[in-house]
Amino acid sequence: MLELTGIINWIHETLMANIPASWLVSLIEYVLIGAGFLALYAVLALILIYFERRICAFFQCRLGPNRVGPFGVFQVIADMVKILLKEIISVKHIDKVLFYSAFFIVIMGSFLTFGGLQFARGVHGADFNIGVFYLLAVSSISIVGVLIAGWASNNKYALIGSMRAGAQVISYELSAGLSLLTMVILAGSMNLSTIIEEQADAWFIFQAPIPVLIALVIYLIAGHAETNRGPFDLPEAESELTAGYHTEYSGIQFGFFYLAEYVNLFIIAAIATIVFLGGWQPFHIVGADGFNAVMDYIPTWAWFFGKAFALIFLSLWVRWSFPRLRIDQLLHLEWKILLPFGLFNLVLMAVWVIIFK
Amino acid sequence: MSSGEIFVVVFLTAIVLVIGGLLLGLLLAPHSTNPQKGEQYESGIPTRGTSWMQFKVGYYLFAILFLMFDVETVLLFPWAVLMKSLGVNGLLCVSFFLVVLVLGLAYAWRKGALEWK
Repeated sequence: MLELTGIINWIHETLMANIPASWLVSLIEYVLIGAGFLALYAVLALILIYFERRICAFFQCRLGPNRVGPFGVFQVIADMVKILLKEIISVKHIDKVLFYSAFFIVIMGSFLTFGGLQFARGVHGADFNIGVFYLLAVSSISIVGVLIAGWASNNKYALIGSMRAGAQVISYELSAGLSLLTMVILAGSMNLSTIIEEQADAWFIFQAPIPVLIALVIYLIAGHAETNRGPFDLPEAESELTAGYHTEYSGIQFGFFYLAEYVNLFIIAAIATIVFLGGWQPFHIVGADGFNAVMDYIPTWAWFFGKAFALIFLSLWVRWSFPRLRIDQLLHLEWKILLPFGLFNLVLMAVWVIIFK
Repeated sequence: MSSGEIFVVVFLTAIVLVIGGLLLGLLLAPHSTNPQKGEQYESGIPTRGTSWMQFKVGYYLFAILFLMFDVETVLLFPWAVLMKSLGVNGLLCVSFFLVVLVLGLAYAWRKGALEWK
């Protein structure tokens, strides 16, 4: 089996055997965990940027980056180096403290959310008993950073962009929260490990198909809007606002916003995978033991990333297929369609659980 | 390893990421100053007046509506966890709460608070 738990246990035991002081072992393990999260965070962002550019090119009948390295895979690395080498322009007339704390808060929000996910069997970040609630709470820190960025820039485009982002993200957060709440009813727990264990026999989407499907669609639309992408890219509508709330940021400061945006795309897909599609659980059919054994042979991290990337592909597809909404259409969609549907779905799920469970 | 410890590690790693990235950027990137470079970028036209001004009130209205429904979600989470053991009784009690909220939404809708003007 290609599970990661073996490697983790091996590292732990090797350290325990070779280093006498237990506090030193803990310290080394903390550093390793931090380095692991950092590497995964950066690598995922790079992979997603490559995917985005390549897939968007295919949707538009182009080739996309294909010169640097095989199939252009080193293009994103070249871009990353380029962004590090770009000058950090010190802008005048800004609120300095807020300006330099904005990208910090944005990165903090996305990194803390990232550190609460479950990647494979035994490989996870902070696993709180209020896991779903934790994810909702820390992922909404980012919007504070975006608002601060727009305000501190002293730039009208940035201000309009950040205000739009604020209205959009807080509105759609309601629907995302409601659909996760609906799933908590079915799971009977907010702990992510418990939620995933509950789906060992059948993923939630097969346990209660109708309410879970409605919740999944609502969550994907809301999540897509929260990442400020696709038809919901009003905050950085480049034809109206140059670059929206990060107009004044240059070099690596802009890089942080870019990084957080792409990792947020992954985070939305990962939460949807964990809560609706079984997380790292393989696809099982009750009774078909032979089939289940074959499915178990595929490592759990492959299941997790496979499902997450399928949802990301869906997100990219939506992004390149629909025109941008106007702000009144955007708020209409949330407050008059998704929110009433979400509330209705909450009651539907409760009734479903009472009848069938 | 407890969740609290991992949380602290992740928190510190995020700080290291931002500070490390900034330092690397400052170290590698070139610098040159120029009186025009630091001006706000508004498509090449000089900015007129400050941008720190009063802003459209519509955004504030949606923020207030958001607060109402977000607090509702927070209050519903404990019920959602215990839904299976509370059963029909719990659902009836919560539906009273939900009806009040839906009435609030209907009121805002009727008053035109959900229209973008």
